[in-house]
Amino acid sequence: MTNMAQTKVPMPEQAPDVRNRNFEEVALGYTADLAMEEATRCLHCKNSPCVSGCPVNVQIPDFIALIAAGDFAGAYAKIRETSALPAVCGRVCPQESQCEGKCVRGIKGEPVAIGRLERFAADWQMQQPPVDAQPPVSNGIRVAVIGAGPSGLTCAGDLARLGYEVTIFEAFHTAGGVLVYGIPEFRLPKEIVRREIEGLKAMGVKIQTDMVIGKVLSVDEIIEMGYRAVFIGSGAGLPQFLGIPGEGAVGVYSANEFLTRINLMKAYLDGYDTPIKRSRAVAVVGGGNVAMDAARSAKRLGAEQVYIVYRRSEAEMPARKEEVHHAKEEGIEFRLLNNPKRILADENGRVCGMECVEMELGEPDASGRRRPVEKPGSEFVLDVDSVILAVGTSPNPLIRSTTPGIEANRRGCLVVDESMQTTKPGVYAGGDAVTGAATVILAMGAGKTAAASIDAYLQQNN
Amino acid sequence: MYRILDKRRLNDQVVQMTVDAPFIARKVQAGQFIILRIDERGERIPLTVADFDRAAGTVTIIFQTVGATTQRLATFEPGDEIADFVGPLGRPTEFGAPKKAVVIGGGVGCAIAYPQAKALHEMGVSVDMIAGFRSKDIVILEPEMRAVSNHLYLTTDDGSYGEKGFVTDVLKRLLTEESYDLCIAIGPIPMMKFVSKTTEPAGVKTLVSLNPIMIDGTGMCGGCRVTVGGEVKFACVDGPDFDGHLVDYDELMRRNSFYRDEEAHACRLEAQIHD
Ligand SMILES: Cc1cc2nc3c(=O)[nH]c(=O)nc-3n(C[C@H](O)[C@H](O)[C@H](O)COP(=O)(O)OP(=O)(O)OC[C@H]3O[C@@H](n4cnc5c(N)ncnc54)[C@H](O)[C@@H]3O)c2cc1C
Ligand SMILES: Cc1cc2nc3c(=O)[nH]c(=O)nc-3n(C[C@H](O)[C@H](O)[C@H](O)COP(=O)(O)OP(=O)(O)OC[C@H]3O[C@@H](n4cnc5c(N)ncnc54)[C@H](O)[C@@H]3O)c2cc1C
Ligand code: FES
Repeated sequence: MTNMAQTKVPMPEQAPDVRNRNFEEVALGYTADLAMEEATRCLHCKNSPCVSGCPVNVQIPDFIALIAAGDFAGAYAKIRETSALPAVCGRVCPQESQCEGKCVRGIKGEPVAIGRLERFAADWQMQQPPVDAQPPVSNGIRVAVIGAGPSGLTCAGDLARLGYEVTIFEAFHTAGGVLVYGIPEFRLPKEIVRREIEGLKAMGVKIQTDMVIGKVLSVDEIIEMGYRAVFIGSGAGLPQFLGIPGEGAVGVYSANEFLTRINLMKAYLDGYDTPIKRSRAVAVVGGGNVAMDAARSAKRLGAEQVYIVYRRSEAEMPARKEEVHHAKEEGIEFRLLNNPKRILADENGRVCGMECVEMELGEPDASGRRRPVEKPGSEFVLDVDSVILAVGTSPNPLIRSTTPGIEANRRGCLVVDESMQTTKPGVYAGGDAVTGAATVILAMGAGKTAAASIDAYLQQNN
Repeated sequence: MYRILDKRRLNDQVVQMTVDAPFIARKVQAGQFIILRIDERGERIPLTVADFDRAAGTVTIIFQTVGATTQRLATFEPGDEIADFVGPLGRPTEFGAPKKAVVIGGGVGCAIAYPQAKALHEMGVSVDMIAGFRSKDIVILEPEMRAVSNHLYLTTDDGSYGEKGFVTDVLKRLLTEESYDLCIAIGPIPMMKFVSKTTEPAGVKTLVSLNPIMIDGTGMCGGCRVTVGGEVKFACVDGPDFDGHLVDYDELMRRNSFYRDEEAHACRLEAQIHD
């Protein structure tokens, strides 16, 4: 029997005024009963529009049918056929513009809660005793992966499964990429990432942390060491600033710095050495997931006022809908159609305000979004003592500038063909390093494609 | 894990350690630094590579105990291990082709100035060194500095050793007597600022090594940004060496004091020298 309820089965969550003071996960996940109830909302459309909305073609109606039937292990296995990181993607994918955006149930009412169901299957699986992961028989061929974010981890996992001896070189002291340094604990518990990484190690993947490629070793040196192919998944970690006056003031951070202190260095926990400032009033500039994460983290650190300052309107905000909704519930104040003009500092050089100007939407620009234009004379000062800039990131030039033969485009993104091969034979790339800041699922998909291509390349060249 | 092979106390507050880090030893050049993290809960702190031995695969650091991490590190002994040791980071110093250089170190900054002087000396450049300390009991690396320079001018604030006064006093005098085409100044921010002010009218190219707060050391946090010639630079990837005449020292000083309350221990490199 199809469940014809117009709305998703609600997912239990921590109450907003409780969770905005802790870093524990906000959404608690479905129970088996709730998941089975939600699963019966799926109509099992013949042409499965949802699958076409998934960048990695998860067989959505099939796994949902398995959940409805109570076969959770089967559901997990079904997702795992095409997705390497279900517990992560179920939590952080922008479902509303992917699978759920195509769901027929969404025409009249809410779409099926595909993300929540994916998360349920993955979380259920994690509760089960681990199956003895026998490392696959090695084929003796070594492959190097640079960067332990979603793209690198996925590529490494797929190659290891095919028998390759994979070593991941990671610049940071912990593997996980944005999943550990960017996305906060309250949205993606680090334990989940850790388990995925343990799983890779059990398959024989070696992870060498503290290795900044381009500094300690070049790509060419890695090849000389006997690695037959290289995958570059170094992300897009270089923060942009606005170039407005006052950005050098004390109390202005990039979101990367702020979030890294919190997530990677655990500055908010007692017993960790890295410091973090507790601010009174914080302006976060930007409208993406990064801005939401920074704002909600600032609130959790005890800020009385946290503003999102975004120059367009809510409709143009690139953040996941759920994050915007959660942020509002937690008391984040949205100052939309506002643009910062300069940051004000007191006599000690510390932030004491941010001057903004109101905007209105004009004609659509190159991105198809309506271009914001200033309303003359509407300047005002926001009373804040910290400013966090979440206005975009671009790929770090370190690898491309130390690897002869590798080409990048004007935005600094590595150029690849459809097999994910760069302009240097045997060297592949994917994820944010190629696309610029994008999504976990796209990075994962790129890692998968690259792994298949590397396998084909090495089969041919062996 | 990175094993400590050797440890030497240079004075009450300054410790030298040699660490087993073969990958870094193979690549590092004068002017570059490493970032270390003592253990799982530690913070990442940058320290300049004071020396290295490519054949032995070792890297030497010299640090002053100013706060939690450096104090804790100072208790480590040979055989102990450091959780993380990342590098070589930053750009090697670009000396150019000078004929005569003056290399100036302030306090523990001498630990970083010394390898620069040594590199210049090995390039065949004629090197004078000026080394400033608060007092006699904290003088470090004197024989080493002497070995790589024509002249080592030592100053102490209190006159307990060498000349009484600041490095800039000696520098002013030398600038009238000698003709330098390169000055390297490494030490507390006020010292670098005043050295740069002194060399600017004389038109002597001056390199300073900046020490902003860093996290990753690879360009991903922007915490280390400094303003140089009106432009924003990330010291970890664009530096740490910059043209001393173009640096906004006051901004750097303000930014570096940001976490002073959180760190809850006041003593700082700058405390060593005042203007
Ligand atoms: C705060 C924040 C929130 C986000 N929220 C979402 C979300 O909700 N949903 C979503 O889908 N996406 C989200 N994203 C985007 C998503 O996280 C990224 O698109 C994705 O992580 C990209 O994966 P990647 O593997 O390409 O790179 P990354 O995850 O960036 O990993 C790259 C890795 O390479 C390492 N590296 C870099 N340079 C070197 C080098 N020279 N040598 C060795 N290692 C190197 C880095 O340290 C890092 O570990 C968010 C991003 C941020 C910053
Ligand atoms: C490129 C570079 C090279 C350096 N080389 C040396 C060196 O060779 N020898 C040496 O003794 N010192 C060096 N420093 C300074 C050294 O990193 C700091 O003294 C150290 O981080 C202090 O850590 P702490 O926990 O002991 O002190 P804390 O209690 O953390 O801080 C004491 C003071 O040190 C500064 N500081 C704190 N954290 C950092 C950080 N992550 N980066 C920079 N400064 C910080 C702050 O201004 C603070 O007020 C260098 C700094 C940089 C950026
Ligand atoms: S230390 Fe993070 S960008 Fe320089």
